[in-house]
Amino acid sequence: MKQFDYVRPATVAEAVAAAAQPGAVYLAAGTNLLDLMKGGVSRPDRLVDVTHLDGLDRIETLADGSLRIGALVSNADLAHDANFAKSYPAVAEALLSGASAQLRNAATVGGNLLQRTRCAYFYDPASRCNKREAGSGCDAKDGENRGHAVLGWSESCIATHPSDFCVPLVALDAIVEIEGKGGRREIALDELHRLPGDSPDRESALKAGDLIVAVRLPPAARGFATHARYLKVRDRTSYAFAVVSAAAALRIENGKVAEARIALGGVAAKPWRARAAEDVLRGVAPTADAFQEAAWRALTDAKPSGDNAFKIELARRIVVRALTLAAAGTPARLPALPASPFASTSGAIHA
Amino acid sequence: MNHSISLTVNGARRDFVLDDPRVTLLDLLRERLHLTGTKKGCDRGQCGACTILVDGKRINSCLALAISHDGADILTIEGVARGDQLHPVQAAFIAHDGFQCGFCTPGQIMSAIGMMQEAQAGNDPERIRECMSGNLCRCGAYAGIVDAVLDAQGQMDETSQRHSA
Repeated sequence: MKQFDYVRPATVAEAVAAAAQPGAVYLAAGTNLLDLMKGGVSRPDRLVDVTHLDGLDRIETLADGSLRIGALVSNADLAHDANFAKSYPAVAEALLSGASAQLRNAATVGGNLLQRTRCAYFYDPASRCNKREAGSGCDAKDGENRGHAVLGWSESCIATHPSDFCVPLVALDAIVEIEGKGGRREIALDELHRLPGDSPDRESALKAGDLIVAVRLPPAARGFATHARYLKVRDRTSYAFAVVSAAAALRIENGKVAEARIALGGVAAKPWRARAAEDVLRGVAPTADAFQEAAWRALTDAKPSGDNAFKIELARRIVVRALTLAAAGTPARLPALPASPFASTSGAIHA
Repeated sequence: MNHSISLTVNGARRDFVLDDPRVTLLDLLRERLHLTGTKKGCDRGQCGACTILVDGKRINSCLALAISHDGADILTIEGVARGDQLHPVQAAFIAHDGFQCGFCTPGQIMSAIGMMQEAQAGNDPERIRECMSGNLCRCGAYAGIVDAVLDAQGQMDETSQRHSA
C-alpha cells in the first residue's frame, strides 16, 4: 500500500476543503477503498476520514414525508431499521443480499453508492484498464467477460456497477445530497453514476471535494411498500455480487398497475432504470403477458459486450419474476435468503 | 507524522502511537498486542478469519484502519472466555466438531457471537447459514458450525428465559 497522509476533519466544511486537494479521497468504512489500496488499484496521497463527523449517521423522516438517510448510516443499521424495512422493503432486501454481515456492519450508505466496479481487470494493475488508467486500453473486452455489461457500455469499458442498494434506490427516485466547495446541492441518484463513453475513468458527477452527506427518498417512494421486491441471481447463493438483479415496485389500484418502477443491477456501469418498461405497465392489469412485454422493453437496447449474451435473456426473466413477486405482495418477513431466486419462502412463481 | 489512538481491547484500555497510518486493526492486534487469535486469511475482506467485534458489531478487522477507530471498544477471541470457563459458543464448537484445522474458528466464533447479538437468524438453520456466509471454512466444517451455533443459540434463549422468568 502506498504511503498516505491521514486527515481527520472536525466539520463537513473542513472535510470538503481537505478533500479538494489533488490526490485526496474520502475514507468512510474503507471496506472497498482499503481493498483497492492493498492491491495498488487506488493510490491516494491523502485520506480524509469522515467517520468521526457528527450528524451524518441519522435516519430521519422529514415534514413532507421524505426519508433522509445520513451518509454514514451503516448498511446493516439501515436494513434492520424496522420502519425503514416496512416502508421500503425492496431496499432492505437489496441491502441484505449484498456482501456479508461483517461488511454490512461496517459499510456505509455513501460508500455503497461510490463503490468501484469488481471487473477483475480493473483490480489487476498488470492489466490494461481505461477506468484505472485512462487511455491504457481494456483487457476485459477480449478477456473473461461473462459478468460484464450488456447495457450502456462502450468500446472503452464494459464494467458494471456492483451495488445492490442502488438498484431499488434508483427505481424509487432517490436523491443524493452533496456538500461541495460551492455549498450544498442535490442530484437524482440516476444522475450520479456516469456511463463510460470514452472516459470511463470519470465515474460520477462528483467534483473534487464533493462529499455525499445523505440520500433522500421522496414521499412517493412509500407508495410501493406493499408490492416491492428485489431479486438477484448470483454465482453462489450468498455473499456474491449480482450476475443480474432487478428491483420491481408496483402501485396497484383497482386491479390495475397505477405506477410501476423497474431497475436492473449488474448490467451496466450504473444502476439501470428501465423507464420504457415502466410505461408499458401503466394502467394495465398485472398479468404475465404484461410483465413479459415490460421485460422485453427493458432490454430492447441490450447487446453483449463479450461472452455474456446469456445475461440479456437472464435479465428479461429476472424482470418478469421480480414483477411477479412484487405483484404477489411484499412478504411480511424477508425470506431467509434475501433476494434469492432459491429462497424457500419467496413465493416465487417461475416466469 | 505520529498519531496517538486509544482502544479498549478485551476490557482493557490500550494506548498506541502509530508512526504509520496504514496499520489495520488486524495488524495492530496481531503485531502490537500479540493477540494472534484473530487470523489473517485473505486480508481482503473475503474470508472472515479476521472477524472481531467493534463496539459490539462484527466486522472484518483486515479492512479497518486502526487510526480511524480511535476510541473503539474491541472484543477478540482472546476476550470471550471467563478465565477457564469457555464462552457458550466456544463450548458448542467443541461439542459439535465445528472445525477441522481450526484456522477459521476464531473468526467463526466471533461472527457467531456477533450474529446472535444481531438477533436476525434465531434458530432457523437457513437464516444462520445466510448470516454466517461471511466466514469461509476451507475444511468444509459447515454442518458442525451450524449445529454449534444452533446449540449455543438454544442455550442463550434458555438462559434469557430463565432470567426473565
